[in-house]
Amino acid sequence: MEGRMRSVVLTKGVPDFSEGAVSFNEEGHLERGKTPTVMNPNDEVALEAALQTKVRHGGHVSGMSMGPPGYASVLEEAMESVYADDSYLLSDRELAASDTWATAITLCSALEKYQETVAEIDLIFAGFKTADGETGQTGPQTAWALERPIVTHVLALDIDPDERVLRAKRLVEGDVDEIETVEAPLPCMVIADPEFSPTYRKASHRLTHKRLRGETEERAADHEAHLTTWNHEDLNLDPDYIGLDGSPTIVSSVDPIPKAPSEREATMIEPDDGEGMERVLEELQPYAGGD
Amino acid sequence: MAASESDQAGQEYEHYEAVVVGCGPGGAAAAARFADHGVETLVLERGTEAGSKNVSGGLIYAEDSAPYTIDDLFENFREEASERPVTDYKIHNIAGNKVKTYDLTDLHEHDTDWCDAVLRRPMDSWLEQRVHEKTSETGGGVLTDVRVNGLLRENGEIVGVTCDELDPITADVIVAADGVNSELARDARLMDWDEPDEWFQGVKATVEMDGETIADRFEIDDEEGVAHLFSGDLFDDVRGGGFLYTNEDSLSIGTVFHLDSLVAEQAEPHQLLDSLLTHPLLAQWFRGEYREREYAAKLVPDSKKVAHKEPYRDRLVLVGDAAGQMQAQGPIIKGMNHAVSAGALAADAFVVSRGNSDPESAGRRYAKMLERSGTMDKLRPRRYDVARTVGERDIVANAVDRVLESPIGSVAVGNPLSKRAMKRAYNSPFLVSMLPDTSTGYVTLPSIIGEEHGRTIHWENEVEPPTLEERIGDLTYDTDVGNPHIRLQDESFEASGDAVYACPVSAEDFGGGCYRSETVKTNGSEETLVSLDTQPCVECGTCAIVADTEWEHPRGGKGVEYREG
Ligand SMILES: Cc1cc2nc3c(=O)[nH]c(=O)nc-3n(C[C@H](O)[C@H](O)[C@H](O)COP(=O)(O)OP(=O)(O)OC[C@H]3O[C@@H](n4cnc5c(N)ncnc54)[C@H](O)[C@@H]3O)c2cc1C
Ligand code: SF4
Repeated sequence: MEGRMRSVVLTKGVPDFSEGAVSFNEEGHLERGKTPTVMNPNDEVALEAALQTKVRHGGHVSGMSMGPPGYASVLEEAMESVYADDSYLLSDRELAASDTWATAITLCSALEKYQETVAEIDLIFAGFKTADGETGQTGPQTAWALERPIVTHVLALDIDPDERVLRAKRLVEGDVDEIETVEAPLPCMVIADPEFSPTYRKASHRLTHKRLRGETEERAADHEAHLTTWNHEDLNLDPDYIGLDGSPTIVSSVDPIPKAPSEREATMIEPDDGEGMERVLEELQPYAGGD
Repeated sequence: MAASESDQAGQEYEHYEAVVVGCGPGGAAAAARFADHGVETLVLERGTEAGSKNVSGGLIYAEDSAPYTIDDLFENFREEASERPVTDYKIHNIAGNKVKTYDLTDLHEHDTDWCDAVLRRPMDSWLEQRVHEKTSETGGGVLTDVRVNGLLRENGEIVGVTCDELDPITADVIVAADGVNSELARDARLMDWDEPDEWFQGVKATVEMDGETIADRFEIDDEEGVAHLFSGDLFDDVRGGGFLYTNEDSLSIGTVFHLDSLVAEQAEPHQLLDSLLTHPLLAQWFRGEYREREYAAKLVPDSKKVAHKEPYRDRLVLVGDAAGQMQAQGPIIKGMNHAVSAGALAADAFVVSRGNSDPESAGRRYAKMLERSGTMDKLRPRRYDVARTVGERDIVANAVDRVLESPIGSVAVGNPLSKRAMKRAYNSPFLVSMLPDTSTGYVTLPSIIGEEHGRTIHWENEVEPPTLEERIGDLTYDTDVGNPHIRLQDESFEASGDAVYACPVSAEDFGGGCYRSETVKTNGSEETLVSLDTQPCVECGTCAIVADTEWEHPRGGKGVEYREG
């Protein structure tokens, strides 16, 4: 079909920081082994943007992630939430402990291999910062390595498949936040803003969305069959330039910020009980000075 | 996939051959029939799932004489979507603690192929699935969480619909199957919402009871079910009656009253339901145990007065409650079955008149089909119009009541001969449909029968139904904060005070309901004002008729969500 878009979504697993799931050791350091991995929450937005593109224009979405074999579950989650067609996991020992630069080099090689062996890519989607690293660099570095234009902080997007351009509204933060409308030629990379929200105002789009949901349920139930794993040899990467050895930056230590112990006792006052305000005043009186 | 159609301004609209608004029985039947004919059909439903907005008693009838029944259109409907068949049908005439019960099975079985109790959430969501499968095959499908908010017109002619959630859509035919308080029927000026005497209000509790207990207490087996009706003085002077139907593992118990009578008596709907729930007669089934799963309410049109004889305009056709096609045949309520017939006929009418350049040809043919299939005569019996002129006038009614209440009248109804005659009369579809809508039929006659022939019930009913506050608390809402769907136009008590009583989730002196009244003093004079909070609203439609409001349904997916219905 004319206008079909081939998209790859870069996603990453992060420790599940939610209450009850996350585990810290005595020094307050994160215990990765004991904390379950989930999809980076900001990546969900990237995935929504990819899904919107697929719903509106048809085509194919691949999920791609770099990480230990356990990350397959993150890709499975990605498939379920955005109806991705297949998944690519870049995984082996040599890739461990990569910083953003080494990660970008690896992703770039993988995307090039994808172009050579799978299909030409029109759009690459990535999330805005990861929940654990918070650098926000991997996306731009990957685009740079690929020599692709990049549009960041995207709030809404539309694609003109005939003209092969992408039109986006992006958030420009400053003293006053502004919304800027930009155009970029395809192929390009899109970093969705956490405020991105997909819109489906055509009945046919919603029907497609519903159909894809049904199809994906079946596919995700058999995720293994749709998963391709590539190691550094598959990607033709020299171990010296990837993983820990290839990382120019190292996180030497992470200092936890201790929470101030609470010294005071709290008094709870029910606000909608009619006498609440009166009691607040009474309680505050001694601190108010004056009379 | 949908082609597009553009207006003169060059704006492109999405286009479907048929758009069906609402996925209740009427919309489901229309869509299924369209799909059978290969018509590309889009169904738009405002609930988060079909059934989440709907309430009925409910017994769905398959009439021998109907042009279509639900199992004609949906295979395995009875096995997969309904509860128990009705195998025993009774009416209880109540006067205080005295009850006279008649077996109404003859009336119930008249023209009945089969009849099953249903719960609307499970039934309609099942229908939605089937409809989506069928319509997907012809290039359409069902979309939920979408509320149609009006008609799209071009040069004054209806050509499509507008929605809260979607861009406007054009269609060759638009089926408004959006139920009672149809915003589309009103937009097309085919229905107004002015007269309380054109509507009933139904209120219902779904009550927990496991299958074994039902079998035991109603003395039935797995494949059987009962229907009980209640009339007489247990509802004071409010015209209407009560019902109890058995589901697989619950009971549906409710009341249906004339809205004008509710308003005139300033009755509280939830209290009338409680009068039924706590009547000694029901103690035999509850045995002191009562757990309410859901409290629900909805208006019901009275087809005798509002069934539209020409329910179409341009490319728009109305089916089911939207067209007022809800027949109250005495105590028997038939709305779902007629919605099914009408929906299927509307689809057929479109298909046979396709290609005709006159946009109203489908509508005209549909009206003709309603007439020829006998459906219209059931909805608006010609003889009723005659009976109404003599029977319903207050003077005549009062005179009849006085005679009946006099010793002579009571003796007449009470003598042993008329005992059999009474039962026969109740079982006559002809006589029942003639019962004029006065308190004679609903209150006086049943109470006299109860009084004269009744057996005194000595059971103690210890059941304590939940309070209104608890009932509201148990319902599920997705509130559209800051965007109320009803706005009060006139807050004086004269204009809108009736809603304080008639709203099923409001009550005098209850601060947690939708409508409240409050006396304010201004410059020495006192005034009673009405205020509205739509949060607890169950979208029954009552205040659209009895108060001065600007009334709409909430946006798609918002508002109350029924789980039983
Ligand atoms: C208490 C009670 C007891 C009853 N008992 C019986 C009984 O025993 N037997 C019987 O046959 N009938 C009974 N009825 C009547 C019966 O419920 C109705 O006649 C029947 O549901 C009508 O079907 P319908 O398809 O026309 O409308 P509905 O079933 O009301 O369906 C309308 C659909 O349209 C959707 N909708 C509404 N507006 C919009 C919009 N703007 N955009 C998108 N979607 C929209 C609604 O969510 C709903 O799903 C009873 C009713 C009540 C209240
Ligand atoms: S506010 Fe109106 S529509 Fe809502 S429950 Fe009350 S009477 Fe019904």
